[in-house]
This record gives sequence, C-alpha cells and structure tokens, in this order.
Amino acid sequence: MKDRPLSPHLQIYRPPLTMMMSIVHRITGGALYFGMLLLVWWLIAAAAGPNAYASVQWFMETLLGRLILFGYTWSLIHHMLGGIRHLVWDMGYGFGPAEREWLTVATLAGSIGLTIVLWFVGYLAMGGIR
Amino acid sequence: MSDHAPGSMRTPLGRVRHLGSARAGTRHFWHQRLTSVANIPLSIAVVVIIMGLLGRNHAAVVQILGSMLVAITMLLFIVTSVYHMWLGMQVVIEDYVHDELTKFVTLMANTFFSFAVGLAAIFAILKLSFGL
Repeated sequence: MKDRPLSPHLQIYRPPLTMMMSIVHRITGGALYFGMLLLVWWLIAAAAGPNAYASVQWFMETLLGRLILFGYTWSLIHHMLGGIRHLVWDMGYGFGPAEREWLTVATLAGSIGLTIVLWFVGYLAMGGIR
Repeated sequence: MSDHAPGSMRTPLGRVRHLGSARAGTRHFWHQRLTSVANIPLSIAVVVIIMGLLGRNHAAVVQILGSMLVAITMLLFIVTSVYHMWLGMQVVIEDYVHDELTKFVTLMANTFFSFAVGLAAIFAILKLSFGL
C-alpha cells in the first residue's frame, strides 16, 4: 500500500476518453458556432456577385483557408457523430462500460475517417490537389 | 409560478429573489434534441450540395444555390442549425459565466449574433433564388 496514489488525485488523474470527448463535443460546437460566419460569408458573397465570390474562393484556396475548412469539416462531422451518440444515450442505450467506450472510439474514428474521405472526394472532384 | 407548491423546499428569501428554475428547461432540452435530429439529414444534404459546388464558377454556383430544392434545403439547414447553436451557446454561457452582468451581456450577444447570422444567411439565399 506504500506508493499507492490517493484517488482521485489531480496530478495523476488520467482523463477518461468519454470525458475528453464530452469536452471536445463542446469545443466543436463552439467552433461550428463561429464557423457559421464562414458559411454566411460564402452565401452573401455568392449573392453579392462574381467579384465578392472570387475573393471567398481566393481565401479558401490559401493554406489558412484550407486549414480552417478542414477543421470546419471535422468539427461538423465530429459534432454530428457525437450528437448521434448523445441521442443514443438519451434513449437509455449504450451505458455499459464496454458500450460507452466503443461508442466513443467509434465517434472519434468515424469523424477522422469521414473527414479524410470527404476531402479525398473533394480533391478528386476538383481534379487533383492544387 | 408554482412557487407556493405544497411541500416546497424553497426558502422565502429564495422566492423573493426569484431564484430557482425558470420552468423553461424541458422545452430548451427538447428543442435542442429536435434540432439535432433535424440537423442530421440537413447537414448531410448541405455537405453534398457544397461538394457539388466545388470548383464551379460564380454563375453556376448562383444557379444551383438559387434552384428551388437546394434553396429550401439550405434555408431549413440555416434555421435549424442557427436555433441549435443559439440554444447550445446559451448552455455554455450559463455553465461558465457566473458574473451576473457579464452573463446577461453574453446571453444577449448570443441572441444578437444568432439572429444576425441567421437572417443574413436567409437573405442571401432568398436573393440568390429571386435574383433581386
């Protein structure tokens, strides 16, 4: 019993994956909140005319624009999959120790996988990386 | 409302200060779920629409975004997701902002932001459709 930690102890606390994903769900929600500005900018530019639309297109082609768009895509998919997980939990399913871990890992793997697939398809549609 | 419910544990002082539930939580929770379910098919549809617009020029984008089915889908998506994010940000503010004045200001800012962003998007989509 000598070197056993006193639990819970803040400095040696390993955050459970479900807790981390709960935090990430909020962070992605917040990102999507401000990401809505990006969608609105794009829609207004399209409605305003070719010049305004060209400047949005220019920005989205820059490295920063691409990074923001990639993060936006992942946030949307992750928040959606996380939301589905919460809906499953709302219905009272998936609370077992194995189930909740499995759901959490599936959300993370699914969001990363789907984001990469979407971007791959997107680049294919645009005729390769440019 | 039902402050004088028999068997209530609330103190008279708490009642005078209007502390406690505003009795609007269930509707908030329900609308959060309602919009989240609506957002599943709608955001998939919007992702498909945006993917289909990649690399197209302005004239083609305007034509597609202005077409009836696409415009209605975009409008539904904007309405449900702006409402969803309005509700969501309210919870985040209530959880983390404890100073009364800052809380009221940020809650108001959340409402103003959501309405401004939502109306701007709706206006743009309608303008694309009606071509004014």
